[in-house]
Amino acid sequence: MFGRLTWTAIPFDQPIPLAAGGVVGLVLACVLGLIVVKGWLPYLWREWITSVDHKRVGIMYTVLALVMLLRGFSDAILMRSQQALAFKAPGYLPPEHYDQVFSAHGTLMIFFVAMPFMIGMMNFVVPLQLGARDVAFPTLNSVSFWLTATGALLVNISLVVGEFSRTGWLPYPPLSELTYSPGVGPDYYLWALQISGVGTLMTGVNFVTTVLKVHAPGMTYMRMPMFCWTTLASSLLIVGAFPILTATLAMLILDRYLDFHFFTNDGGGNVMMFMNLIWAWGHPEVYILILPAFGIFSEVVSTFSRKPLFGYRSMVMATMVIFVLAFTVWLHHFFTMGAGADVNAIFGIMSMIIAVPTGVKVFNWLFTMYGGRVVYSTPMLFALGFMVTFVVGGMTGVLLAVPPADFVLHNSLFLVAHFHNVVIGGVLFGAFAGYNYWFPKAFGFRLHEGLGKASFWCWFVGFYVAFVPLYVVGLMGMTRRMQHYDVPAWHPWLLLAAVGALIILAGILLMVAQLYVSIRQRVALRDQSGDPWDGRSLEWATSSPPPAFNFAVLPNIEGEEPYWGVKECARKQMHLDNEPRYEEVEVPRNSPTGFVCAFFATFLGFALIWHIWWLAAVSTLGAAATFVAFAWRDRVEDIISAEEVGRIDRANRRARMEALTRMQTQAAE
Amino acid sequence: MNSFSLKDRRCFLACRSHRWPILATFMPLAGCQPAVLDPQGPVGIAERTILLDSLAIMLTIVAPTIAATLAFAWWFRASNQRARYLPHWAYSGRIELVTWGIPLLTVMLLGGVTWVASHDLDPAKPLTSKSPPLQIEAVSLDWKWLFIYPDQRVASVNRLILPAGVPVSFSLTSASVMNTFFVPQLGSMIYTMNGMSSKLNLLADRPGAFRGLSAHFSGDGFSDMHFEVHAMPADQFERWVNATRNQGPKLDEASYGSLERPSSNVAPFTYGDADPAIYDRIVTRQIAPAPGPPPVAGPSVINLTRHGR
Repeated sequence: MFGRLTWTAIPFDQPIPLAAGGVVGLVLACVLGLIVVKGWLPYLWREWITSVDHKRVGIMYTVLALVMLLRGFSDAILMRSQQALAFKAPGYLPPEHYDQVFSAHGTLMIFFVAMPFMIGMMNFVVPLQLGARDVAFPTLNSVSFWLTATGALLVNISLVVGEFSRTGWLPYPPLSELTYSPGVGPDYYLWALQISGVGTLMTGVNFVTTVLKVHAPGMTYMRMPMFCWTTLASSLLIVGAFPILTATLAMLILDRYLDFHFFTNDGGGNVMMFMNLIWAWGHPEVYILILPAFGIFSEVVSTFSRKPLFGYRSMVMATMVIFVLAFTVWLHHFFTMGAGADVNAIFGIMSMIIAVPTGVKVFNWLFTMYGGRVVYSTPMLFALGFMVTFVVGGMTGVLLAVPPADFVLHNSLFLVAHFHNVVIGGVLFGAFAGYNYWFPKAFGFRLHEGLGKASFWCWFVGFYVAFVPLYVVGLMGMTRRMQHYDVPAWHPWLLLAAVGALIILAGILLMVAQLYVSIRQRVALRDQSGDPWDGRSLEWATSSPPPAFNFAVLPNIEGEEPYWGVKECARKQMHLDNEPRYEEVEVPRNSPTGFVCAFFATFLGFALIWHIWWLAAVSTLGAAATFVAFAWRDRVEDIISAEEVGRIDRANRRARMEALTRMQTQAAE
Repeated sequence: MNSFSLKDRRCFLACRSHRWPILATFMPLAGCQPAVLDPQGPVGIAERTILLDSLAIMLTIVAPTIAATLAFAWWFRASNQRARYLPHWAYSGRIELVTWGIPLLTVMLLGGVTWVASHDLDPAKPLTSKSPPLQIEAVSLDWKWLFIYPDQRVASVNRLILPAGVPVSFSLTSASVMNTFFVPQLGSMIYTMNGMSSKLNLLADRPGAFRGLSAHFSGDGFSDMHFEVHAMPADQFERWVNATRNQGPKLDEASYGSLERPSSNVAPFTYGDADPAIYDRIVTRQIAPAPGPPPVAGPSVINLTRHGR
């Protein structure tokens, strides 16, 4: 009836996961209870759960990322404290638990923090920047989000039912094969990623189509803001790379479930094939994450330097060069496999070549600041922190791309420090910059600046205190994933790294406080004008938060930085364009397809993990039926009347006029 | 360093019969300096040179970039009235040439270094030396290391004995999952994979005690998958071989079968008679890959009570 699932799957004898799971369950139950008691359920269902509006989907992605960041960071604290304590001692996490913690940390941080954070930003911002009303396929977008949430849910269910994978964030066979990992851990990993991977692939398709096809009139490719370009490159990488991940994991699933021999020791399997395939996805994945962050920094540095982006065409070129080269370097993840000098040298040099367009980007941000008026707002601080930190990470990355250097540093904590250097200093700082930068656009009020800056400093300092020691112990020959050790020289550095993790914890708590305080002070922090930062691209032309239809009348684009042009003109003439003639607007109709489909996908994943075949069949049917029902829908869009559009837009124009007048009075004084 | 190696040798001689004092003495020594930056053989020394050279080449561009970032951000701060404001300046062909040119030149230089160094330091390439290389066959098991000396017909578990000044030619494989053979102070690491034989050439310049480990996660007992490395003068190595030969258990398929069952924190021991063909039989899978843990999900197979003495 329940396949392999029995009561023994719940770790009653292990207090840590049980307590953690209990607390999470309790919080969830309280939140749900509050929602039901307060009668918010219909609102949530109508406005969020079934919403296909790209802005709502983007916000939900970001919320998912922030919540999973808390979970992933708890794992980080567990690891740092374990290594701080486990000098000539077993510490408090036994290996079978510690191994799950580092596996879950990596999986969560890459797939359920970094990815949804970036995709959330893309969702919220890109259609606004393109002057569009939504993405190309709004319902598909909602399905993508909910499938990602399913994956995150499955990983978290493994906390209390069964176990998570103990094989690291990439399940290298033969360790991940049934022979050496007979438990359900790798199955949780595999199905969570397969299901969320479908969502990610659909996001890629959606955004390639959106950026290429859904524009305001006159928004040619070379007039698109940088973030749209990096979104395009990142989405193209998703479309190219995620099918490789899906196929590779599918082969591992066949090995584990149906006794195939793709990667097993016996029967002609080959682990080296897995490594090549997983990194053929894995290296482009790195750029899938960092390219949108590059886009965010381009927007932020330009806005807060009060200047256009320096060398826009160069930046576009660099982005697309990175996109192409991303597929040509995967072998540098296993120089130590013994491929031979020619192969190693060529992949090493290819990896270095990627540093050229990346270096160009850094220089162009630098010259964007040159001759500017740099405002040290929270997003700009994250951008500056990024520029300083990322070049260090890039340097250690190129160092690891030199095969003979990699021969002594591979898999060491030096490597761990390197990729945290680029993922925290690049991706996460980019996400936080974007979060602070676009928050007022999303919610109509700014985030508290003081707490934002305090959180930046904690993250920045905490990063160095936590990861410079890891560079050092890496040079001392300490390898990653050690549950205990007995080398005295490593111990003080690992204690220091734990202190760094605590400083980062302070940064996270300050971010929570920032959100809380900002909500409490939302009236004082209100963004009346829709343009709190004196922005340059089209998202700042609408009100904050933007109406469902984004733009009352689609803007007519006549050059780069279209909104800046319009704004300068209005400032000179001291009045806005004449009021346009409003027409009714069609917006995509809400659909529960995504939620219902993900509901079934969750049961499908769970059933497959535990071999509950009848449930798997029922859930598959349910998910398929959902799509059939959606395909037979009668109404695709809702109509917003011309009066309603006019009413909303006039309010926006009034706010803009007031802002203009305020500026005039200030100038007069 | 000389004083260290003397001390090591004394310590090793004093402690040969007993395991723990060796560890206790050489661990602090190994930790005196970052191991990778304190190499004790030509491979490690060459790799340190490449590492430091590459770092220096890159720092010439990275350090000024960081300085310029901070300087630009500070000088062009909004409140600085003396800074020039160029609100429309967004293109300069000459600067573009520099921004593409400098990284390109740096990478060309570094790429050349990489090409040459990758060939010089290919792990499979034999080292040039007057003495013929010693053959050692290493097998990673769950969770310990087996070192077979086919010509000497002895084998050792979790302790690698090397003659100093003699190149060692390793052939490496795995009984089950992947691992990485790594002695940080000697240089290059290499993966061990079941059904395949990897090649690695190393040399210890002087006698000394080093730490070796697996650098690739291999399951619950991974943290204990380290081993002692002792490099000793050639004559002393001969004495060790003679003292080991015909002492203790015999390494054949039966004893290998019991060795390959999962266990961790195994105290070093030797086989006095090792079947020289056994390595090939493992690589060609005539001896089946090692079994994993029992085929049900349950508590870990490792005994944690023997931790970290």
